[in-house]
Amino acid sequence: MDERSPDPPTRRLVLFGAAGSGLALYAPPAAASPAAMDEAIRALVGEATVKRGRVKLELPPIVENGNTVPLTVTVDSPMNEADHVSAIHIFNEKNPQPYVAAFGLGPQAGRAAVSTRIRLADSQQVVAIARLSDGSFWSDSADVIVTLAACAEG
Amino acid sequence: MRVLLLALAVAAVAAAAPAEIAPGDRRSGYDFAGPESRAMQDDDTANPGMLGVLQGEGLWATKAGGADRSCADCHGNARTSMKGVAARYPALEPAVGSLLDLEERINRCRGEHQGAAPFAWESEDLLALTAFVAYQSRGLPIAVRGDGELQSFVDLGSELFHRRQGQLNLSCSQCHDDNWGKRLAGAVIPQAHPTGYPVYRLEWQSLGSLQRRLRNCMSGVRAEPYEYGAPEAVALELYLMARARGMALETPAVRP
Amino acid sequence: MARVLINLPARARRGEIIEIKTLIAHPMETGYRLGPTGAAIPRDIIKRFLCTYNGEEVFRAELFPAIAANPFIAFFTVATESGEIVFSWTDDHGETQTEVRQITVE
Repeated sequence: MDERSPDPPTRRLVLFGAAGSGLALYAPPAAASPAAMDEAIRALVGEATVKRGRVKLELPPIVENGNTVPLTVTVDSPMNEADHVSAIHIFNEKNPQPYVAAFGLGPQAGRAAVSTRIRLADSQQVVAIARLSDGSFWSDSADVIVTLAACAEG
Repeated sequence: MRVLLLALAVAAVAAAAPAEIAPGDRRSGYDFAGPESRAMQDDDTANPGMLGVLQGEGLWATKAGGADRSCADCHGNARTSMKGVAARYPALEPAVGSLLDLEERINRCRGEHQGAAPFAWESEDLLALTAFVAYQSRGLPIAVRGDGELQSFVDLGSELFHRRQGQLNLSCSQCHDDNWGKRLAGAVIPQAHPTGYPVYRLEWQSLGSLQRRLRNCMSGVRAEPYEYGAPEAVALELYLMARARGMALETPAVRP
Repeated sequence: MARVLINLPARARRGEIIEIKTLIAHPMETGYRLGPTGAAIPRDIIKRFLCTYNGEEVFRAELFPAIAANPFIAFFTVATESGEIVFSWTDDHGETQTEVRQITVE
């Protein structure tokens, strides 16, 4: 069941461009797994190679509570008209879905840096992939240990 | 021989006395939380508990009940009228001679002066209004004294704090007096000072009261939690606040 | 209307890169939690966040259930001109909440 409708591509903010089509593909995979994450990343980048570097994904190495995990992702980019980050996508490997968030930026951002708070169901790897204005993809990943809170309800 | 027996007797008494944290060693749960949680608390524009305080600010100004009055109609600007109030609760209500925590005091006001039905325990509105009131005491030292008329309530609270309970047969004191700073599975054991209530607990993903947190503790040792508003619950709140006297209030705190 | 906290400077110099922090009250129900009857509580999240500056889109976010309750989003934008910065959050029901802030750029 696909709960999202595809985003029409805009001049600057084409968030999800499966190679060659421009439509988003979001049939949620059957189960959470590293393979599901790879499949989701493949749906995003198509045949392009994802290079490691330029992206910095910051997460606490040991998480006090998986319900609210602060995340910051920054990309080394001049953020001018000719060379900027168009989108940053966050994936995970053990939550029920591989998608966490996708952010749309452009040269008017000034700085390619976004912070948010995410949920992590278990200790796992989180991946951030940035799409640059030249169509290239760069990534960083972080391994996170998620601990359980002491003394919860029920 | 006599001296040895005396020494043994003294040692036995000392071992039986409840081990309390020395006043100089007391530390807020803030100090045991991770850097990310502390950062979340420190930034008022990023502290999720502040959303509750904002909501409470709205409720403060909202007319309610048969009397069609808002809190502000009697109490004016909360920044002045409520300053220091949360630091002295739980407190005795002279009219009924019973111990009330801040949530109950707010509900009493609603009934008596606004003619409005009380907010349900742990409801979003009650938490928001309590957080707003307590926020006016942020930075102030907890001023609850456990003596005089409150002595019997504090004694009950102390007894509950030191009593073994639940299937795990543990007392609050065994973790929070004797083993604070050590780890329980992945979590660091704090000293259990209620310095930031209502608190935004990451586990709840919302604001929650001290009574809710105590119910969580009791579930943790597999004991039957006290009902909201039970005399034991309020007595325990009083004991904890008196035990934390002098420590600064941090409402709304962020805790795992 | 959900409670919102927005932090951005009221004034900035032209060309200055400013940070904007936003926090909105929302449970972000994942759709995976089981309710008291054992049935899953239906998903109900904020799925889109948009920021426009004098009518032009400067930042957007697509959110999924993995975003924590009371979503916090912080990002940057270049202060270009005085005017209105508009924030909108759209949920699974298609309902949008909008907040407007003014900025003076000199």
